[in-house]
Amino acid sequence: MTLKLGVGLGIAGVIVLFGVIGPLVVGNPSTVRDMGLTGPGNGFLLGTTQTGQDVFAQLAYATRGSLIIGVVVGALTLLLSSFFGIVGAFVGGWADEAFSLFTNIMLVIPGLPLVILISSYVPNKSIWLVAAVLAITSWAGSARVLRGFTLSVRSRDYVLAAKISGEKRWRILFVEILPNLIPLLASQVVFAVIFAILGEAGLSFLGLGASGSFTWGTMLFYAQNGLALRLGAWWWFAPPGLAIALFGAALSLINFSIDEIINPKLRSQTRAERNKWSVKA
Amino acid sequence: MSVLEMRDVVMEYRLREGLRTTRLRAVDKVSFELPPGRTIALVGQSGSGKSTIAKLLMQLERPTSGSILVDGEPMQYRGARAAAYRKAVQMVFQDPFGSLNPYHTIGHHLARPVKLHHPDFSREQVADRVAELLRRVRLDEDYVGRKPHELSGGQRQRVAIARALAPEPAILVADEPVSMLDVSIRLGVLNLLAALQREENLGVLYITHDLATARHFSDEIMVLYHGAVVEHGPADDVILNPQHEYTQLLAEAAPAPERRLAELGH
Repeated sequence: MTLKLGVGLGIAGVIVLFGVIGPLVVGNPSTVRDMGLTGPGNGFLLGTTQTGQDVFAQLAYATRGSLIIGVVVGALTLLLSSFFGIVGAFVGGWADEAFSLFTNIMLVIPGLPLVILISSYVPNKSIWLVAAVLAITSWAGSARVLRGFTLSVRSRDYVLAAKISGEKRWRILFVEILPNLIPLLASQVVFAVIFAILGEAGLSFLGLGASGSFTWGTMLFYAQNGLALRLGAWWWFAPPGLAIALFGAALSLINFSIDEIINPKLRSQTRAERNKWSVKA
Repeated sequence: MSVLEMRDVVMEYRLREGLRTTRLRAVDKVSFELPPGRTIALVGQSGSGKSTIAKLLMQLERPTSGSILVDGEPMQYRGARAAAYRKAVQMVFQDPFGSLNPYHTIGHHLARPVKLHHPDFSREQVADRVAELLRRVRLDEDYVGRKPHELSGGQRQRVAIARALAPEPAILVADEPVSMLDVSIRLGVLNLLAALQREENLGVLYITHDLATARHFSDEIMVLYHGAVVEHGPADDVILNPQHEYTQLLAEAAPAPERRLAELGH
């Protein structure tokens, strides 16, 4: 385990634990108190909002909300991109052409206008709807990557050898090809989770996110509406902002580590390590 | 199932360049007969259609015209006869680094064809058969749990040969089985193939561009040039008395110390 992977897993682990356990121990994040905007202290770890709501409690619920979005979008992206990327490339012929065309069409559909369109039809968007929209607009890129890699693996000799020995097609796909795609799938999923959390934060900040639920993005949206920045209420906007930045960084570190496992050439060497192998005159 | 025969087999690929399509004739009316216990060497330069013939025999491609016969009956692509054919004709690939799945152990590579060939085998019987196959190719039984990347090129090629032998085939297609190996271990792998052929009375199609090993290990040599067989005959005749100019060129290109010494003597 490299330092990169350790740090990434550490930060991500702490945030996930907070999102899972936090909401069980904090109070109701929506409770309005008659105390206005107060800084950290006085029984409120991260102070209160303009309407006296506990920021720490909100952060706990927001972490859970954002993680749910990330996990749901990650899972949906995995399903959609593997189906359209791997199955299409494996079957080949017209199926590949059709799946490829569909992937390309989905690739150019912009997410933001689609969400605006959907939000004008659905007044009360649940967190699941937002996750579904994000997944539908984000799977196409990784489907293309998977398709390319599957095309390369499909024509390798060990797949031909399995075909020659009379293996069933589904067995060739699941036993011979898929295991070689696992590192790539893992890195695609991690990327999809980052994209989903950042995308949801962006949408929520614009006021297009899920209504009536807490995410890091909605916290920032309310902080912005409450003029937190102008009032100097750093305890209101800094925690969700930091959480987004830290979680994104942690997942990126994990992603880089996976990349290095797939392709050892990406491992950065120190100059001293490189020089060890050079021939001294 | 014993005699494999190709009769006037033609394989054409369609190449697309924009709207125009052109046809590339990779295999041009090739006919030969491969009885059990015989080795035929298929010699030719890169792009002469050697590997396409291997693909046709492995049912990875379908011929444009002509027929592939097994004991006089046309080869089937579906159904029970196709399954029987696949067991009877096996292949050793050129690249031992690409022909084994890096994700799976050596045991998996050998156990799968055994299970496919004997669906009724118990776990112990499959393990016994895998160990026997490893012994046949002169590898230790403890290689079962190893991954391909832990093996050398020669060892991998032995595993590939063991895999090809697993369904107890009658015919083996060896597509340049030693061209990717170190010169020092080529002879070992070729001797192994020759020994296995004698033990099992296999018909072997030895695809190569090395005339010396073709002469040493085969009964007949077929010379392929631009997809067509330009010369076919007993190994020694083809090498010592080449008729077609391409074969003459090929024979002269091979290093011959005697000839060189004779030239120096003058």
